[in-house]
Amino acid sequence: MSLELQAAQLLTSQGLDQLLKALRRGGCRTVGPTVRDGVIAYEDIDCLEDLPRGWTDEQSGGHYRLRRREDDALFGYAVGPHSWKPFLHPPRQRLWRTHRDGDTVRMQREAPDGQRLALIGVRACELKAIAIQDKVLLGGAYGDPHYRARRAGTFIIAVNCTVAGGTCFCASMGCGPNLTAGFDLGLTELGAAGPPAFVLQAGTPAGSQLLEEIPHRPATANEIAAARARVQHTAEHMGRQMPTEALPQLLLRNLEHPRWSEVAERCLACGNCTMVCPTCFCTTLEDSSDLTGRETSRTRRWDTCFTVDFAFVHGGSVRQSTRARYRQWMTHKLATWHQQFGTCGCVGCGRCITWCPVGIDITEEVSAMRTSEPT
Amino acid sequence: MEGLEQILAEHPFFAGFDPAYAHLLGSCAKNVRFDPGRYLLQQGAPADQFYLLRHGRVALELSGPGRGTVTFQTLGPGELVGVSWLVPPYRWTYDAKALELVRAISIDAACLRGKSEADHDLGYEMMKRFMPVLIQRLQAARLQLLDVYGARG
Amino acid sequence: MDERETDPMVPTVLRVRSRRRDGPQVWTLELDAGAIERTGFAAGQFNMLTAFGIGEVPISFSGDPAQPQRIVHTIRAVGPVSGALTRLGAGAALAVRGPFGTGWPMREAAGRDVVLIAGGLGLAPLRPALYQLLAERSRYGRITLLYGTRSPQEILFRREIDSWRKRTDLMIDVTVDHAVQPWQGHVGVVTALIARARFDPGRTVALICGPEIMMRFAAEALGTAGVANGAIYLSMERSMSCGIGSCGHCQFGGLFICRDGPVIPYDLLREPLRVREL
Repeated sequence: MSLELQAAQLLTSQGLDQLLKALRRGGCRTVGPTVRDGVIAYEDIDCLEDLPRGWTDEQSGGHYRLRRREDDALFGYAVGPHSWKPFLHPPRQRLWRTHRDGDTVRMQREAPDGQRLALIGVRACELKAIAIQDKVLLGGAYGDPHYRARRAGTFIIAVNCTVAGGTCFCASMGCGPNLTAGFDLGLTELGAAGPPAFVLQAGTPAGSQLLEEIPHRPATANEIAAARARVQHTAEHMGRQMPTEALPQLLLRNLEHPRWSEVAERCLACGNCTMVCPTCFCTTLEDSSDLTGRETSRTRRWDTCFTVDFAFVHGGSVRQSTRARYRQWMTHKLATWHQQFGTCGCVGCGRCITWCPVGIDITEEVSAMRTSEPT
Repeated sequence: MEGLEQILAEHPFFAGFDPAYAHLLGSCAKNVRFDPGRYLLQQGAPADQFYLLRHGRVALELSGPGRGTVTFQTLGPGELVGVSWLVPPYRWTYDAKALELVRAISIDAACLRGKSEADHDLGYEMMKRFMPVLIQRLQAARLQLLDVYGARG
Repeated sequence: MDERETDPMVPTVLRVRSRRRDGPQVWTLELDAGAIERTGFAAGQFNMLTAFGIGEVPISFSGDPAQPQRIVHTIRAVGPVSGALTRLGAGAALAVRGPFGTGWPMREAAGRDVVLIAGGLGLAPLRPALYQLLAERSRYGRITLLYGTRSPQEILFRREIDSWRKRTDLMIDVTVDHAVQPWQGHVGVVTALIARARFDPGRTVALICGPEIMMRFAAEALGTAGVANGAIYLSMERSMSCGIGSCGHCQFGGLFICRDGPVIPYDLLREPLRVREL
């Protein structure tokens, strides 16, 4: 864990509440975990009471249930179905509108959203996912101005994971559970009885500055050791493990492996995995107009490579079979992503396993391919 | 006769052909010419010869009621017209029409079949030269069947 | 400020200067480039064209790169967007984003023989390359255009082809899949023309555009003739939405066809093209 002794502070839950208030005073929209519809979702939160106090989640392939904890932990769960993607790369984004006046068509670009976001409770795997989406959406020759505007104003309070989810495998992906970079303030929730308390570390000058406004004290050596031990325990209890050795090569030399057909028999091509995935970035464009054609607009919305139409060219879809579409998704995520963006597209958050209606497990698919590779 | 053998030996179709075979083949060969619009061969007729084109282009055609005459392939100098002489029932399945003045060498198929039967080395040599042509035409027919340029891709 | 510079997803409104029919369901639109004239384009690149309220499609440039004030696109009406675009008459408005993608390897072709192989509508994206080759004729070796299409009625840019045929510094062969009289030209697949073309395989650059199956056969035939796979360039087609490699639709293995293509050397394509439904 990268908690540096001299920088580690201790924050009480009241301190966290004041942190939220300070962010809101500073003009931020505060978004964090809250219980809704039987899941822990990321939504607008105002105060500590909105957080999932005393809740945890039970996850396995195609299975997610909320369970009561025996303590009052605020962050005592793994990850819910939502990542931070909907806030930074929203499911729908209008890009422009046109207005026709006689012969003249006026093009009006949609201004990027200037609202500053404060994300509360971001996990290590999610920080990595945000860093990956930064590469995808900002790293090219152009960059998406909407994403850029949102990211520029984002303040991140990250949280070390003190429980490992049943489908988590961030440790084997090298993406967690320790916080390493990409956050303004990093918290580790301590597990003592009584009100929650946090060992806290500032990751940026902005984080340090905000901390000035909040009561805190230096963390003791014992507190720091306890925080470390909790994260270490999480790392040792991952629900899944991805066998990552030479993974891109394994998949790319097995594009015709019979396993693709086997998994395709189970896969419903519903696209759930791409919706919950914190790195999946695919979108499509939709145009609409009023009945007279005077007003038209274009909206970018999330798309999924599991639909037949996704790879439509004149004459039909390039990927007619579910086998080809599952193969596209998995090889992109784990293999060709490296070629495109210099990083893996998977962070080991386990959402695609939990939220797959038939419980297809990406780690199991890789293992199966590895052990049954035709020689 | 010597002139014909020379021409045969220089035709791309017989590149690298054993001179002894060229001599044998020469005895089955003759020079022919067709004016534009004349037919080198017509469907249904016995496949008694084939042509090695030296000059001019030839259209391979099929025709039927309501469809008119459709050209499905054109051939030019260096190429050969007629493969049905190789296999029973030795009858042409299309028409071959001279698009221009055509000069060619006509090879007597019955003669060549007889010599090939008597000397399988010659027969195998002929097969090795005809087979690529057949495969190419088969592949071309597949591509044309796909109608790749069509509006429905 | 020009919004295109800040957001590649926002198109510029342009007007149609003229529209002409170039074959069954095929029309060529010439647009007034107006303010985006200075952007220019490279032969082989494409624009995203918007029919307002309907949608957007990628269409290659088919005009002369030396005349950036005229943006020319040749479009086949096959879907709602392309259908709407081809119905736009002179003066009508549409919107344009681009240019996007890679161009034909004009610099690499200098000093070498150039073989252009076009199939069907694939002649349109090759036309800018041919304009450029002919404008700088002395920079190149022998230039050959082999063009295959469905039938004589569907030959694109017929008048221009006739005028090119008169040139002694350009070899053109046109073949059709099938023909009825009075067609006197070649009938057969375009790959059959390769054997008749004169080029030095060791110092040839080949540019191919057409249906994928035809391009595969043509590239293999050129390879058999001795042209290196890295000197054979294909213009690939995949579903495109953003045009800048960020929407995911056009992926082909690790390539984004819109950004890494559409023009891609065959040595990068040969293996993935063997995988069905990649």
